Amino acid sequence: MKYADEFRDKEIALGLAKAIRAEADAGRAYRFMEFCGGHTHAISRYGLEDMLPKNVRMIHGPGCPVCVLPAGRIDMAIRLAERADIILCVYGDLMRVPGSQGGSLLKAKARGADIRMVYSTIDALGIAEENPGREVVFFAIGFETTTPPTAVMIRLAERKQLENFSVFCNHVLTPPAMQNILESPDIRNIGRVEIDGFVGPAHVSTIIGTAPYEFFAEEFGKPVVISGFEPLDMMQAILMLVRQVNEHRHEVENQYSRAVTRDGNLRAKEEVSDIFELRDQFEWRGLGQVPYSGLKLKRSYAKYDAEIRFGMNELRVDDNPACECGAILRGVKKPVDCKLFGTVCTPETPMGSCMVSSEGACAAHWTYGRFRDHQQRRAS
Amino acid sequence: MRAYQRKLDIRNGCVDLSHGSGGRAMAQLISGLFHEAFGNEWLARGNDQSAFDVGAGRMVMTTDGYVVSPLFFPGGNIGSLAVHGTVNDIAMAGAKPLYLSASFIIEEGFRFADLKLIAESMGQAAREAGVHIITGDTKVVERGKADGLFISTAGVGIVPDGLDLSAENARVGDRVLISGTLGDHGVAIMSKRQNLAFETEIVSDSAALNDLVARMVEAGGRGIRLMRDPTRGGLAATLNEIALQSDVGFHLQEEAIPVKPGVAAACELLGLDPLHVANEGKLVAIVAPDVAGTVLAAMRAHPLGRDAADIGEAVADDHHFVQMATSFGGGRIVDWLSGEQLPRIC
Repeated sequence: MKYADEFRDKEIALGLAKAIRAEADAGRAYRFMEFCGGHTHAISRYGLEDMLPKNVRMIHGPGCPVCVLPAGRIDMAIRLAERADIILCVYGDLMRVPGSQGGSLLKAKARGADIRMVYSTIDALGIAEENPGREVVFFAIGFETTTPPTAVMIRLAERKQLENFSVFCNHVLTPPAMQNILESPDIRNIGRVEIDGFVGPAHVSTIIGTAPYEFFAEEFGKPVVISGFEPLDMMQAILMLVRQVNEHRHEVENQYSRAVTRDGNLRAKEEVSDIFELRDQFEWRGLGQVPYSGLKLKRSYAKYDAEIRFGMNELRVDDNPACECGAILRGVKKPVDCKLFGTVCTPETPMGSCMVSSEGACAAHWTYGRFRDHQQRRAS
Repeated sequence: MRAYQRKLDIRNGCVDLSHGSGGRAMAQLISGLFHEAFGNEWLARGNDQSAFDVGAGRMVMTTDGYVVSPLFFPGGNIGSLAVHGTVNDIAMAGAKPLYLSASFIIEEGFRFADLKLIAESMGQAAREAGVHIITGDTKVVERGKADGLFISTAGVGIVPDGLDLSAENARVGDRVLISGTLGDHGVAIMSKRQNLAFETEIVSDSAALNDLVARMVEAGGRGIRLMRDPTRGGLAATLNEIALQSDVGFHLQEEAIPVKPGVAAACELLGLDPLHVANEGKLVAIVAPDVAGTVLAAMRAHPLGRDAADIGEAVADDHHFVQMATSFGGGRIVDWLSGEQLPRIC
């Protein structure tokens, strides 16, 4: 497969693995957080852990939009979808995300709510055009990568004068979340988590560019290497991080230069800033309320804002107290540290959000990597 | 029975509720369309059941429902699929499939022309597989109560003496053989889904595997422990099932698993794993190591097994993991598909 196989080449991977082993100082640990779920998935799917030396450890970050969506937002969507006049359009991986009391969009659909799985924002617009007598709401979710398509959709709806279309906006921003992690007591004061550097977002950075990360590198003294999602990208980024740590540098470096520039996609950024504005704060599962981390529609686009249009009330739901998703998303715990992991919480019956999306730390470890837990147990 | 006032208007007509009512219209549909397409001596006798001779040895029986959407897809339609699927389920016991039944649930308004095409595909698929559709049923439901057409087929076959293929038979050290490229059927279906449509040259692999199985049984005899056709849930589901039932694990080599570039690309685009995608003309065989080479050669000599490959082995594992050495150089689990990849793939 062209443009993919080149970045999955075994020989080059072995070469990079050798370089990492050679350059990593055996006398110290290297703990790197990969921010994105796409990275987490690649690490697990290609078995990257097997190729890294023991003292280079990857910590899975909060960069899976499905995983950080709080249960209250799911409950809000379910409540909306239960209205007879509503068609709710969602991306497929949202369907099984647990809300409160075992609810999910999938179960609401089975009970009769009109919830449609779509693959793109254009599909949702099409449904609105085909159903002029119904209200069509698009459940918008994702980081900076998926926000521009939502913006374009709203523009198109405006141009087509669609009166029955709106957006339930759950778009969130990467930099405030990274800052929140670095400022959390776990890292700053207690020192429970040591992070020696970040593997920075791939697709998000195609939009926002590398410049927004310069602040972290400087302020927190942590190296950031923007990396693509292919396994060779990851190996190279890890090697670049090892080198920065060894050389006591903390810079923003761009491994994913075939797609990412310093300034990002200006046109996309413009579209987003025309239509969206910052919320004062937004709740992230695992991180709690994070200031200026979420987007909402500007007042001038209020008629496309489902929260206003349908008077949706903010719902807050506490996570299952035994669920460790929060600590896992902050890198404080590993999936196996959670009592629910693999017992009552599996991809078939997810209790926590990290088990839902294949990009979630728990789902990725369960699906691809859990054999290692048994190997380790045997070895010890 | 033949004296209907008017012939069925195949070109312009469609099924209405009277075609399921038990009256003359239903009789005309059955004889004019289904008997015509399936044509055999059993149906010609016009009974509610068909009697046939039972040979010596053990028989196998299976049943399956078909709800695929869309009804027509590259490489086949719901009719050919309904024959191939049931023939294959029988063949996986190492058996020779003999007779099928076919039951149709038709939504009113379904076009005769489409029904005829589908019935003819069934007749042709049955003839090619050497089986006969000897009994059936027709029901018509109101508009909106079925999505066009659902078909159920059941089948019986006969197992050669001394053969007992079963999912608990895999032993540590056995080889895992597959008959060809994975994921073709699922990708062909997905490429035609309304909100997913993409262009690909991939066609469904839907095919009857009984002849391939017969050649394999000749070559491997009792050294063949079991066979399965990896339909919904793909190779991953099939091997996980076998691992549990046989109390073993599996170690696979990703590099050995054949996947067409078009299928790999479509899966990449849709975020799917080809090992989870459905097949309708492939089989997995677990065989004793001493006959693996012979069986593989027999598979490759058959048109439906040209791309057959030895992809791994059964290992001792209390956890029943299916593990795979990735072509990238690391290791991972090949887990069950979780959730719904795509409804109504077959």
